[in-house]
Amino acid sequence: MAEPAKEIVVDPGLDETIKKLTPKKIEDTINRALTKGAAARLKVYMQTCVHCGLCAEACHFYLSHDKDPRFSPVGKVKQTLWEIIKRKGRVDGEFIKNCSRIAHTECNVCRRCSMYCPFGIDMAYLLLLVRRICALLGVVPQYLQDTVNSHAVTMNQMWVKQDEWIDTLQWQEEDAQDEVKNARIPLDKEGAEIMYSVIGPEPKFLAQLLGNIAIIMTVAGMDWTMPSFDGWDNSNMPMYSGDFETMARVERKHFEAAFKLKAKKIVMGECGHAFRGAVYDGPKWLAWKEPPVPVIHAVQFYYELIRDGKIRIARKFEQPVTIQEPCNIVRGRGLGDMLRYIMRATCEDFRDVSPRYEHNYCCCAGGGVINCGPPWKKSRVEGNKVKAEQLKATGAEVVVTPCHNCHSGIEDIVNYYKLGMHVKFFSEILVDVMEVPEDLKV
Amino acid sequence: MQSMTELESWDWETKERLVADINGWRSKFPVIHECVASNDGEKISAPVRTEDGRFTACVNGESWENTFEKLWSLRFGPDDRLTCLVREDDQWTVAVDDETWGEGFEYAWNIQFTPDGKSIAVNVKGENGYGIALNNRTWENGFAEARDFAISPNGEFTAAGVQTKRLGEGDIFGFAEGIWTVAVNGKPWGKNFLNVWGIAFSSDSSKVAAEVRVGEYEYAIAVNGTPWNKIFKCVWEPIFYPQGDDVLAPVQVDEGWTLAKNGELIWDRKFVQAWHQKFSPDGQRIAAVVAPEFGKWTIAVDGSSWNRTFRDAVLPPVFSPDSKRVAAIVKENNRWTVAVEGSPWVEGFDMIWDPVFSPSGDRVAAKAEKEGKFYIVLDGKIGKQEFEALWSPIFSPDGKKLLVRSIEDGKYYRRVIPVEEI
Ligand code: SF4
Ligand code: SF4
Repeated sequence: MAEPAKEIVVDPGLDETIKKLTPKKIEDTINRALTKGAAARLKVYMQTCVHCGLCAEACHFYLSHDKDPRFSPVGKVKQTLWEIIKRKGRVDGEFIKNCSRIAHTECNVCRRCSMYCPFGIDMAYLLLLVRRICALLGVVPQYLQDTVNSHAVTMNQMWVKQDEWIDTLQWQEEDAQDEVKNARIPLDKEGAEIMYSVIGPEPKFLAQLLGNIAIIMTVAGMDWTMPSFDGWDNSNMPMYSGDFETMARVERKHFEAAFKLKAKKIVMGECGHAFRGAVYDGPKWLAWKEPPVPVIHAVQFYYELIRDGKIRIARKFEQPVTIQEPCNIVRGRGLGDMLRYIMRATCEDFRDVSPRYEHNYCCCAGGGVINCGPPWKKSRVEGNKVKAEQLKATGAEVVVTPCHNCHSGIEDIVNYYKLGMHVKFFSEILVDVMEVPEDLKV
Repeated sequence: MQSMTELESWDWETKERLVADINGWRSKFPVIHECVASNDGEKISAPVRTEDGRFTACVNGESWENTFEKLWSLRFGPDDRLTCLVREDDQWTVAVDDETWGEGFEYAWNIQFTPDGKSIAVNVKGENGYGIALNNRTWENGFAEARDFAISPNGEFTAAGVQTKRLGEGDIFGFAEGIWTVAVNGKPWGKNFLNVWGIAFSSDSSKVAAEVRVGEYEYAIAVNGTPWNKIFKCVWEPIFYPQGDDVLAPVQVDEGWTLAKNGELIWDRKFVQAWHQKFSPDGQRIAAVVAPEFGKWTIAVDGSSWNRTFRDAVLPPVFSPDSKRVAAIVKENNRWTVAVEGSPWVEGFDMIWDPVFSPSGDRVAAKAEKEGKFYIVLDGKIGKQEFEALWSPIFSPDGKKLLVRSIEDGKYYRRVIPVEEI
């Protein structure tokens, strides 16, 4: 296997865990994962790939690393899964560590490459399979594993305790009342139309986003609720570490919270991977073909509010602004037009990006990569030089990222490449520009 | 759940009573939150904000004497005592019928009752750390964290998942050693696990079972701290057999999901999913929500599933009091309804609440919602009257009448309606 291109990263989640592995454990785990766990899809992909390398041009890691073939999608699979299969699972701990580095930290499972493959081979699926093998062996970057542990204990991503969650909602409700009369975050309101769910970092670091949604929901006159109990977090890092049992447990809680509250739909905050977990990967593991309660992403929700006149725009945001399109809701769900609709409805000077829609580049933070933490930050931002160039070319001063991972990832890119831009969630723009009816003014 | 004696003591004669005109409350209180109705239908209450910005509970138009900085999670317990969480001087506690528990906490949440409603418990965070307070008495031991809990049927014990050691930030190795267990009345089990979830008490209150994660990908059920000697790929919440100490839980094996009793598989059939197992009142039958195939949901009783499956979801099964019939909420094409013994009602709804069997088990009623209005549905037929708000109907002990608690034009009514007039 090729050496890592950049400096060696120290990560006890890889360095220490491989010390406990034995050749037998590795071989047994791999063979079990590839026979019992992997679908027939693996075999088909193996037989179909002609190693043409057309997928390479799709990958921001490859493009950002001067077209180093080791960073191409097929290169990543070749260094990991194909080698594993070729050697019938007889690989060592160092090899597994490199697999984790490649699969967990150098691929965002963004699926851009599958659009470039003439056979539509889903390389992200294969790299997720590599992650699954690593996870079954206990080899997962430390920060990502810690997040997974948090999910397993608390059903949220950030070790948020049950009292901290409720308390945060209560003080955010009070803050929102300073802006809009009688703004509320109705807790456990049985039979509400909407259960609103968010990701762990909101109560932990970005509590004002909860206040913002209270303002938006109150002005729009929505019948909504949030659970005071576990199931409020829609995010899912175990989906990305390869711990699918924990992934499923978290998703089940999320939907059972909606059942318990008798909510007709779930509206989720601005997060892309959470959408993927709740709409695709989670339900699938649990045997639901579709989410058992419809899940609406914030972008669609805001689109509907503005389109239906439930929220009116008082004055438009003036600074030139562009967008980051979260892969999981744009390439994955086709919300690109709705995103542009809400941007144009609220912003004076919207600068579109190129490439765009499903062809847009990933933020390089998604797929659990940013959750691998500070040790991998440098390789992550260096892996997305193309994104920096793309954003710079718009001349915008503000980037709107309707996804938490994109938000943090783009912020890192903005700082590293000195783009001098501000990063915002769409809801921050919306509360700024929307009209508050007279009777709700404080 | 109300006992037969309790049900018999309710007024089943008065046909209609206007209990409260909630419209009138608006002149007294600038803010009124969600209403709750007592089980017997005699009372309607809501958290309200007073003119001076404080919170209290308004019951049938009269407010409690005590007012608070905050008041929420208001509900009538099984014995119809009005219970909620309140904050005063930055201390949280429980208020029951206008009386607060003596002790205050940094935080209190998650009110739970015993089936008879006599015992009330909450999660608390206090000076000692995290624990549970049961009937105004807090665990002596505090923990780094305690999440959720179960209350024993006799009202004497509470059991919660507790963290026994503090964990440094990002300490994945400390976590892997196991720092979670179950504590019963503050006393932790002797053994720690990676995780504990889904705690249940035996019917005689002497035993506690929980899902435990013994290794990263190794799951089992532990009873009083001892895990089953069988490990599974995954498990869901255990329950005790109604008599004795045997435990039943959904488990995942290579071929799929099924139910296991004390670790031994009891159903031959495997499913793509199985959960929410329930015993019939006589303890002889077991029903569970299952997916015989991917994307197809139904109920299995004693291992064999209904023929009819549903695409979106099936919610936990409900047995008739005579144990003979099973009903469940089902959902298909985003329409909710009830299926009884595998046959769904023809009409679909925007939302439906748990089916309620008549005492003899021959009739099924449910509260349902369509286009913003609420209805009583009886054996699949939508009732004549539409309501602005409604609570689930309750059958009279002789099964001939239904107690209907509803709001129309802002007025709360208690009605007793013969089933044939629904
Ligand atoms: S980062 Fe995206 S484009 Fe690159 S290999 Fe992974 S899925 Fe493919
Ligand atoms: S995955 Fe597709 S595009 Fe990439 S090398 Fe294989 S065949 Fe070519």
